[in-house]
Amino acid sequence: MVLRRGLRWIGLLTLLVLVAMTGCKKKPVAPPPTPPPPPAPAAPTATLRATPSVIEQGQSTTLSWNSTNATELRLDPGPGSVGPQGSTSVSPDRSTTYTLLATGPGGRAEASARVTVNAPPPPPPPARMSAEEAFARRVRDAYFDFDKSDIRPDTRVTLTQTAEFLREYGNVRVLLEGHCDERGSTEYNLGLGDRRANATRDFLISLGIAGDRMQMVSYGKERPICTESNEDCWQRNRRAHFVMLK
Amino acid sequence: MRRRLPLAVAALAAAALLPVCLESQQDWFRTGTGVGVEKVRLAVPAFAARSAEVQTAASVFYAVLRDDLEASGVVDLVSPSFQPLQVPSLPGELNAEAWLQAPTGAHMVAYGNVSFAENQLLVSAWLSDVRNPQAPPVLAKRYRGDLTEEQARQLAHQFADDIIERLSGGVPGIAQTQIAFVSDRSGNKEIWVMDYDGHGQRQITREGLICLTPRWSPDKSRLAYTAFERASASSEVTRTAIHLYSLVMNRRLAFPYLGGTTTTPAWSPDGQELALSSSRTGDHEIYVVASDGGRLRRLTYSAGVDISPAWNPVTAKQIAFVSDRGGSPQIYLMDADGANVERLTTGEGYAVSPAWSPNGQMIAFAWQRNNSNFDLYVMDVATRQTVQLTHDAGRNEQPTWAPDGRHLVFQSTRSGRNQIWMMLADGVGLRQLTFEGSNTAPHWSPR
Repeated sequence: MVLRRGLRWIGLLTLLVLVAMTGCKKKPVAPPPTPPPPPAPAAPTATLRATPSVIEQGQSTTLSWNSTNATELRLDPGPGSVGPQGSTSVSPDRSTTYTLLATGPGGRAEASARVTVNAPPPPPPPARMSAEEAFARRVRDAYFDFDKSDIRPDTRVTLTQTAEFLREYGNVRVLLEGHCDERGSTEYNLGLGDRRANATRDFLISLGIAGDRMQMVSYGKERPICTESNEDCWQRNRRAHFVMLK
Repeated sequence: MRRRLPLAVAALAAAALLPVCLESQQDWFRTGTGVGVEKVRLAVPAFAARSAEVQTAASVFYAVLRDDLEASGVVDLVSPSFQPLQVPSLPGELNAEAWLQAPTGAHMVAYGNVSFAENQLLVSAWLSDVRNPQAPPVLAKRYRGDLTEEQARQLAHQFADDIIERLSGGVPGIAQTQIAFVSDRSGNKEIWVMDYDGHGQRQITREGLICLTPRWSPDKSRLAYTAFERASASSEVTRTAIHLYSLVMNRRLAFPYLGGTTTTPAWSPDGQELALSSSRTGDHEIYVVASDGGRLRRLTYSAGVDISPAWNPVTAKQIAFVSDRGGSPQIYLMDADGANVERLTTGEGYAVSPAWSPNGQMIAFAWQRNNSNFDLYVMDVATRQTVQLTHDAGRNEQPTWAPDGRHLVFQSTRSGRNQIWMMLADGVGLRQLTFEGSNTAPHWSPR
């Protein structure tokens, strides 16, 4: 407590001494007459040119500039601070407006030059695939279970893709071939293949594809694509196969 | 308690298996025609050639005759090594006693000679009952034809049929019948025809696509079959239709495309109509149509595949067919107007290809049970009693009956690829008839 009171006292004393010293400054004298004002500094000028002003992508162009009365020149975008005169080569990859900003005691000035960059001839716009090509890429066989013609969930997916293709290529007509594996009888399989082709057609019709764009044939087990006697091969043969009609 | 469960399960399983074992044993019971009747023991010595120019014809005649009699299933043919050395060529040369006694033990002897007379092949043939030597010969026949091996074969078939008719209670033999079938040996499945013994296989159709299920018209003049055809001459779209082929004119006959997938024709017993299956409405149904393709009428109305109709050959009032209306394909029966549909098979497995016996009482069919191979079965339609004919020998399918009701022809993979086989209707006497390419869907001609 005693100590803190002591510190306060020291502060007060210091303040007192400072006030006393200020009071000791001599009295101010009258100011001299003001000199004539210096001539107003000239306003800066700036010019900027691009030669040539139109280039192809990948080529370069020369920017040249000139300025007067500028103390600072900025060329944007790009070089930034530059000298009063000069030139530089730039190669923008798209059309760009270059701006030269001149700042001087007399103010500021701006000049701009636009460089037009012609894009290379656009890669031929992704031409629509030929129907044959799209058919080959997007249309898949629809597969079935043994002795069944129901559309399975995985078959719904493939057939939905097929329907998209058929919607996109509205004048494509297809032949639907119904096929069976080797296990059933020749005759009954002709009927079963027919049902598979029919079920496939009905499903596509339910997705909005016109029935008259689809013809059908049942091959039964007469045209297998796989002739081994195992489930893998049998599954590949239990299908509705699409053929694009000309 | 828990320990005992497996035991209980095992007992149950055994109980479940037991009837199956019994049933499959029962399937081996024989039902052949003439069971219990002693077969006639027949000796057939070589036919004497009366001149050098008929030597070949005589040996062909003899070989074919023996073969026909062997295949008939009606006689017990004496092995040549058991026959007496002295061979009769005329009734007067027959020493009945020598043929009757052991080891020959013949009841009957068929014999004769081959000569060349009036610029023709002439076969003189007799059938004598050696147990009754005083009686005149049972048969005394003369057969004439051109001097060719082919004619010698035909004459032998005639004599064989005459013998069989006499020895089997009036049911003629089948030695002069033919079998239509599908063969891929030309590169495409086409319709072929052969003699009942596999001789003289010849291509009938040349359509270049796929021909299936040939069916003889009752008068043997036409074949109806399932054929793939182009929708138009330039079309890449094929469809399935019924085609008719005239074996008299050797060309196709006009028959309209009925729409959809149209398959499996079957002649009515009078040859005026065809039953068939068509998906013309989107679903395979059985129809009947006149043999010129007109007057179409629908018999079945059921979702699913209805196919492979077969007309009762005697009553003409019933049609058997295959339907999957109950799930898997099974054999059904209906009246010829479509009424009174009933299922014949049990519903088990996969039963197809019904074929009526010529007496209209039995249906042969192919049945796949328990995921095994297809085997042939015969059902007595009145009692539904069913007997298995083939066992453990490849896939056996598409049976059809010979007109004698004693033989069946079918396709089998027992020797590798599908080939045509014949057998007696009780499952014995197997003979392979085709060897080249893959051969299927045989149909036996009427007599």
